[in-house]
Amino acid sequence: MSSDVQTATGGTSQPDMPLDPGGGGLRARLGPLMRWESGLVVLLLATVLMGSQLSSMFLESGNFFYIGINVGEFAIMALPLMLIVVTGEIDLSVTSQLELSGVVMGYLFAHGWPIAAAMVVAVCLGAVTGAFNGFLVTRLGLPSMIVTIGTLTLYEGIAQVILPNTAVGGFPAGLTKIGLVPIPHTEIPYSIGFFIIFAVITAVVLHKTPLGRSIYAIGTNREAAFFSGVHVKRIKMGLFITSGILSAFCGVLWSLRFASARYDMATGLELNVVVIVFFAGTAFSGGKGSVIGVVLAAAIFAGVQNALTLDLVPAQNQNIVIGSLLIASVLIPSVADVYRRTGQRLQDLARRRL
Amino acid sequence: MTDGDTHPDDPTGSYQGAAPQREGGQSVGDVQTVAADGASASGLGSQEPVLVLEHASKSFGALRALQDVSLSLYAGEVQGLVGENGAGKSTLVKILAGAYRFESGHLFLDGEEKVFETTAQSRAAGIAIIFQEPLLFPDLSVAENIFMCRQPLRSGRRVDVRRMRREALALFESLGVTLSPDRLAEGLSIADQQLVEIVKAVAADARVMVMDEPTAALTATEVERLFKIVNMLRDKGTAVLFISHRMDEVFALCQRITVLRDGRLIVTKPMAEMDEASVIQAMVGRDLGTLFPERTASTGDVVLKVEHLTSLGAFTDISFEVRSGEIVALAGLAGAGRSEVVRSIFGIDRRDAGRVEVNGRELPSGVPSAAMEAGIGFVPEDRRQQGVLMNLSIERNIALPSLSQVAAHHLVPRGSEKRFAADWVSRLRLKYGRMNHPVATLSGGNQQKVVLAKWLARHPSLLIVDEPTHGIDIGTKAEVHRLLAELAAQGVAILMISSEMPEVLGMADRIVVLFEGRISGVFSREEVDQEVLMRAASGLANRAAS
Repeated sequence: MSSDVQTATGGTSQPDMPLDPGGGGLRARLGPLMRWESGLVVLLLATVLMGSQLSSMFLESGNFFYIGINVGEFAIMALPLMLIVVTGEIDLSVTSQLELSGVVMGYLFAHGWPIAAAMVVAVCLGAVTGAFNGFLVTRLGLPSMIVTIGTLTLYEGIAQVILPNTAVGGFPAGLTKIGLVPIPHTEIPYSIGFFIIFAVITAVVLHKTPLGRSIYAIGTNREAAFFSGVHVKRIKMGLFITSGILSAFCGVLWSLRFASARYDMATGLELNVVVIVFFAGTAFSGGKGSVIGVVLAAAIFAGVQNALTLDLVPAQNQNIVIGSLLIASVLIPSVADVYRRTGQRLQDLARRRL
Repeated sequence: MTDGDTHPDDPTGSYQGAAPQREGGQSVGDVQTVAADGASASGLGSQEPVLVLEHASKSFGALRALQDVSLSLYAGEVQGLVGENGAGKSTLVKILAGAYRFESGHLFLDGEEKVFETTAQSRAAGIAIIFQEPLLFPDLSVAENIFMCRQPLRSGRRVDVRRMRREALALFESLGVTLSPDRLAEGLSIADQQLVEIVKAVAADARVMVMDEPTAALTATEVERLFKIVNMLRDKGTAVLFISHRMDEVFALCQRITVLRDGRLIVTKPMAEMDEASVIQAMVGRDLGTLFPERTASTGDVVLKVEHLTSLGAFTDISFEVRSGEIVALAGLAGAGRSEVVRSIFGIDRRDAGRVEVNGRELPSGVPSAAMEAGIGFVPEDRRQQGVLMNLSIERNIALPSLSQVAAHHLVPRGSEKRFAADWVSRLRLKYGRMNHPVATLSGGNQQKVVLAKWLARHPSLLIVDEPTHGIDIGTKAEVHRLLAELAAQGVAILMISSEMPEVLGMADRIVVLFEGRISGVFSREEVDQEVLMRAASGLANRAAS
């Protein structure tokens, strides 16, 4: 899949024009190695190495479950968020959509609904909250950053009205066990299993379909994409709805996993999703991003967090690491750019001396 | 690139005669040899040039934008720089501006070698660039724009607003400009914005002024005013490098002319030794033949039928037809509503009243994809913002409107876009490095070819082209005209907007003239000349034969 990602961001290396003098070949061949995703692979290996140094438990087979369980929902929500960022928008309300969905499921279940029906309603509600975001952004033309900060508070507020100050629990044990045991015969937590499925679907859609091409086109130049017949508003609307549905799905997973639902169960955690999306190499200005990047970023994020926990670093100090990761994700590409330009300058100088 | 490379397209090596090759030409004394380029013949030989560029080369990946180009510029001369799109003019300008660094070569200002790392250094050295579309700060006043970063200060490092205003007024007066220094830059016409840039350059004591196609977006009177100012600057001893696609302007304004082709210097000569034909010959390296292709229209069924189309505040009650094989021009002055009409036909803007029918089927209002499905292709006016996606690759740009055809079973197979685009790229003779390079690496004319390719690939039954040759060099222009003629011969209906009267008269079978949002005349090619069109476009001749 990695080579599909290359074409997506413009880094393939097949020579196809006689105009090309041989000299450019080496750099073109090295191109893929210099890519952000390649850096993530190295960082992932470093994370594994660090984890095994910090704690002897890190590499034990049973630990894989604990590495995965804490990041599954964030990783799932990072997929549609990455697509939204590629189109040049953002959705910061993912965790409050998660909370609202969990709370509605809990409320309905507590009022005697069968759990399956409560789950379906909760997920459908995600489509509604996502559509509301999409409506404000695409139909009224409001900036998505502000809109979704607003709905972040709004949806959590609604959740609080439904279930003020109490947690609802008592979900069937057959379902809550997803927080305790992996998928049978594997070490994979259920949420990671869902993530793998969604990641494959997202990868095919983004890198292999006309829709994916349109998503990149919107992020590159919205106006020119519209002039080329791309359904800009419809696609953005669809992505916000998808984000709502998957966030709500995560709300169901989350509530079952913790065997309880509260209006503030994920407050502030939207930043984890944002960190994964930008650490994946997604460009804030749009037009650039890949699924493999999200997968790698989520793995690194999970590994670092787990290693720190095993090393008994308290949660608030882990925030320092997460914040640093987010800054690094925007800092490193720009530093690399400066580095490249400096190298170019030195080459120029050397050539002048000759 | 290495010295002594011979270019495959230039077997004559004529450029070498104009700028003799020298190894290790490092010393300032070399400027003597540059005087052989005709500077003495135009009365400039006695002085040292202000600016000397020697053996400059620059490439972008595989594309050699500039190869071994030498140029000298004297105080008190206006030198024309011409060449087709992609000849390297813009690269040269950006090197002088400090935006690009050349890979090899030397730049001397007043005999002193300069290396610009930033645009600020170029500006500080006395080089000012006037762009086709100036970049002013819209929320600041004209005076504040002129003194941006060099504001006169009072005690306490506060900006001396009064002095700034006074100095701006004095500068305006010295150049004969009537413009209020207090008004905001927002809403200034392009011509006035250029004036502000020029005054800004004068205020900064620029000795070298580079004008990159300053007249492309100006009206005739604005061009005249600009020329007056350029001549005034020349008389004051400024060295001006003037880039333009319009031959008559270059001949009217310049003392010497430099021609670039394919990144190489072809010739630098006094204006008096060149005529229009020899300049064009040097630019394209081949004969262009007749300017517009011969064609005999054989029109078929009605493809586009527009009835009573109205958009409040833009145009009213527009009705016309375009038949298969026919080229219809929408003529009129800027602001007459031509672009708005075609935007509304293609569905970019919604219409308030009226019908648009393509091949007998009515189009919904405001849905470009429906217009595309019905068989319309649309080459918009603003190529950079609307025509192409600059940072997307050539192949993806061309395939974008055709993704459903490229896709097999809802998936886009690897390499399918490249295969899809390759055919059109070679048919339109696109000059490019690689298919997966971003369109931004191409010259303006080649970018326009990408826009044409992406619509032609859909085999449209109606092609709408809005200013198809705007800002394009003569060679590419002729290619575009030939292409449009070919398409019409194949039965494509073509609706063309053009502000160039010769283009309208040379290409169109019928001409629909708009004036203030209404049709002021419909003419067939035979019954019309430039004067009749101008009268209709100015609202003078009402309702001629239709």
